[in-house]
Amino acid sequence: MIHVNVQKRLGEFTLDVAFDAPRGVTAIFGRSGSGKTTVVNIIAGLLAPDQGQISLSNRVLFDGITNLPTRRRKLGLVFQDARLFPHLTVAKNLTFGGTHDQGKIVDLLGLGGLMSRKPAGLSGGEKQRVALGRALMSNPDMLLLDEPLAALDTQRKAEILPYLERLRDDFGLPMIYVSHAMSEVARLANYLVVLEAGKVVRAGPLAEVLSHPVSVSLFGPRGAGAVIAATVAGHDLDDHLTRLSFDGGQISLPGHVGRLGQKLRVRVPAHDVILANQRPAQISARNVLPVKITAIGLGSGPGVAIGLMAGQTPLLARITQASLRDMDLTVGADIFAIIKATAVAPADAGR
Amino acid sequence: MWTPVILSLQVSALATICALPIAIWVAYILARKRFWGHGLLNGLVHLPLVLPPVVTGYLLLVVFGRQGAVGSLLYDLFGITLAFRWAGAALAAGIMGFPLMVRAIRLGYEAVDIGLEDAARTLGATEIGVFTRVTLPLISPAIIAGAVLGFAKALGEFGATITFVAAIPGQTQTIPSAIYAALQVPGQEGAVVWLVCVSIALAMGALVASEWLARRMVAK
Repeated sequence: MIHVNVQKRLGEFTLDVAFDAPRGVTAIFGRSGSGKTTVVNIIAGLLAPDQGQISLSNRVLFDGITNLPTRRRKLGLVFQDARLFPHLTVAKNLTFGGTHDQGKIVDLLGLGGLMSRKPAGLSGGEKQRVALGRALMSNPDMLLLDEPLAALDTQRKAEILPYLERLRDDFGLPMIYVSHAMSEVARLANYLVVLEAGKVVRAGPLAEVLSHPVSVSLFGPRGAGAVIAATVAGHDLDDHLTRLSFDGGQISLPGHVGRLGQKLRVRVPAHDVILANQRPAQISARNVLPVKITAIGLGSGPGVAIGLMAGQTPLLARITQASLRDMDLTVGADIFAIIKATAVAPADAGR
Repeated sequence: MWTPVILSLQVSALATICALPIAIWVAYILARKRFWGHGLLNGLVHLPLVLPPVVTGYLLLVVFGRQGAVGSLLYDLFGITLAFRWAGAALAAGIMGFPLMVRAIRLGYEAVDIGLEDAARTLGATEIGVFTRVTLPLISPAIIAGAVLGFAKALGEFGATITFVAAIPGQTQTIPSAIYAALQVPGQEGAVVWLVCVSIALAMGALVASEWLARRMVAK
């Protein structure tokens, strides 16, 4: 879908990034200063790389010979700071680059009531929705989102995320999503590129990268955790639980999430997974899954990352080295993973 | 009684209209481009501001006079004479007001978020489109400010004008030189007071008009 292989020197900083992402949502993840925005600017043609190639479904945007100007790349770009034109109304901002699917986009993003307003009078969330609509109406082949939620508070983030999911699912629009927030990435992306100091340290399908033991050192002990693709199997009305089934078993979430049969993504943080050699009896945790150990990643600290496989679904647990020694865990062993039902927060359950 | 007033308005209007597009262009180059000779161009633009106006007038006479390098060319090719004509007064007034226009407009460019221009490019705008649809509307208050400053400077311009085109009543005698001439003759106090009042009224009018225009731009 998109092929990127670019090098660029910016003073002391050297960017050397290469990845091939499939159709869908590709997340570029990294700390601030890792070069995420530079990559987006290079793809959009706002910054010229020193050398390299960029192509989008076999359409060459940049190579040694071709260097398409930004206006001819057909990429929609949503900036962190929205960048709405302050002298134009919302309606004029939206149609600045075209009127593709105007009615549908205005409806989808709920922009109907804002049309005659000026950007200065909009809230942060409204600005980002207008920016998103404006990019979409220019009929791009791909949408580039450069930390579109970073400037918003938690509530506004939760308000925008469902729109992005709908764009992904209803429009089938390929996206590159730049972020340093793992919860957003886990919800939206199907392919993950991890940047560190201008280099790609990890790239691959989201579930694979997140459940690999090395992800603990990449995303930190709090950020690491597998993503499960699950289906809503039922709601326990009396117990206020939602049952989800996935390839590898069933888990329960507190509260009522989704509709029956709906596909959900659930993020299971590595530090919320407990391991046991035998199936525990009489335990308060609802979710006990039989798993097989696939990898053991010894880090420098007191923690160990354990790669697990529940059926065809990879999981990740983080335990102490002392537990690893006492439990005598080895690769290939069949054990049990205990996931606290509350650990799988409904807020992290994307579509 | 009205002759110097009408002539002054004519001269200042022509000076402003002709100098403004060039000022918009030069201010753009100074604000956005970095090149060898940037400082030189900047100095050249500002020269009329710091040079004694009489010197500017003399230089205009040397370059644009009938015998001057440009002046003789203009006369031979198009039959245009600038020295001692009202169009010459407009040239002098335009050159004196030019640095003020460029300064005001340049500040406008520097206040524009370049990120907005990038956003326009990602939406398919050509470079001309970026300029006319984003940059120009955003700097319009600065352009108005520059135009008012330039117009006011043109109305008050004296030294360079009188050196380049003299003060021929009905042809090149603008308000300042008419005031000066009236002051030299006893019994002309009435004319002086009249012209001074007109000057004040024009200056106030220009300020009010610019304020109103800027407000309208913001509201639009």
